[in-house]
Amino acid sequence: MAVENDTTPKFAEYAHPDRLVSTEWLAEHLGDLDLVVVESDEDVLLYETGHIPGAVKIDWHTDLNDPVTRDYIFGEQFAELVGSRGIDRNSTVVMYGDKSNWWAAYTLWVFSLFGHEDVRLLDGGRDKWIAEGRAVTTDEPEITPREYPIAERSDVEIRAYKDDVLDHLDEGGVLIDVRSPEEYSGERTTAPAYPDEGALRAGHIPSAHNVPWAKAAAEDGTFKPLADLNAIYREGLGLTADDDVIAYCRIGERSSHTWFVLTHLLGFEGVRNYDGSWTEWGSAVRVPITKGAERGEAPLA
Amino acid sequence: MSGAELPDALAEIRDDFLALTLKERLQMLLEFSNELPALPERYAEHPDLLERVEECQSPVFIFVEVDDADVVHLHATAPKESPTTRGFASILAQGLAGMTATEVLAVPDDFPQMIGLMEAVSPLRVRGMTAMLGRTKRQVRERMHAA
Repeated sequence: MAVENDTTPKFAEYAHPDRLVSTEWLAEHLGDLDLVVVESDEDVLLYETGHIPGAVKIDWHTDLNDPVTRDYIFGEQFAELVGSRGIDRNSTVVMYGDKSNWWAAYTLWVFSLFGHEDVRLLDGGRDKWIAEGRAVTTDEPEITPREYPIAERSDVEIRAYKDDVLDHLDEGGVLIDVRSPEEYSGERTTAPAYPDEGALRAGHIPSAHNVPWAKAAAEDGTFKPLADLNAIYREGLGLTADDDVIAYCRIGERSSHTWFVLTHLLGFEGVRNYDGSWTEWGSAVRVPITKGAERGEAPLA
Repeated sequence: MSGAELPDALAEIRDDFLALTLKERLQMLLEFSNELPALPERYAEHPDLLERVEECQSPVFIFVEVDDADVVHLHATAPKESPTTRGFASILAQGLAGMTATEVLAVPDDFPQMIGLMEAVSPLRVRGMTAMLGRTKRQVRERMHAA
């Protein structure tokens, strides 16, 4: 049985209100039988310094990525991972994390690759929960491991590979680069103050719009109201729900946040996250690149 | 792996980490993180003296002193929301404590890769610690030349 939805009025205006919960809602539902709360942070130790009571940890890097190939884990490893966290196929999974839920959105997106149905984000994430003075603990949660079925990972609908992006360019599809303006223009290949993850060239994919992911987040890390999101993505970029969109950043984490906004808050149906992102594109041989603040034109097929 | 011998304090840190499971290593890193001392007052007033370690995901600043006895003192500060980065800084501050400038320069550059954190924390994150060690050594060299 899925846990009831959060009926907060702000969420009701979004396309999929059932994908968000508020801190108030979560505080009331902690301990619900079918609810598992998952923390995913940029900092691998942040969970250990204190987390929402009962929450389990999933690390984007050490848990979700294959340790050898640059890819995500497969169905068998996913089943083992989430089963060990007390999640079964019907669990309601609420995710939260640091940095306005970058990494929580990334984890949610990976869960979606495996078709886990009921995944939700805590609006405002870890910072809002703590700012409100809500309970945190360093106690390890008591977990009853569950049997999770081996679900096939489906990369077709919400994930794009480099070749998909090239095809998308040929078709004149919409690309959104969610990195900082400095990375987009090619002044630098890394986010300001972030480590160099090794791209050999700087700039952006021709024709990509530059909409830094954080434009969708308010000061307190919550998602902006629908009207503001419409102003950014529908009016600002001229997009409609029918457009096929590929979002990318540097390694696919910030663009998971934008993927969530476009898919679940605005209701776009054809949004994919290019997780290879700039660390792949910026090092690939003979792919087109545009430098500077202008979008540039997609090369003719 | 580099062939250089590790100084005792660093070898002890390495052995302690390697004796643990991956999960326990995270706990030990957290203990280091909690042990990172606050900056001495004189630096708290002078943020301009601190150097930012750009390669770290979180804001971390370091400052190196070499005293009259040629002993190196590494000071570092990072926010409590960045426990991994604090842990890295604390390992270096404790591991290098009491060493002379020459001894610090002789520490293998790949020490951060020797202590079993690549699997526990990920190679990407360990890069931040490697950069911190590199910048520490550079500051030591600068202080030696200034002397």
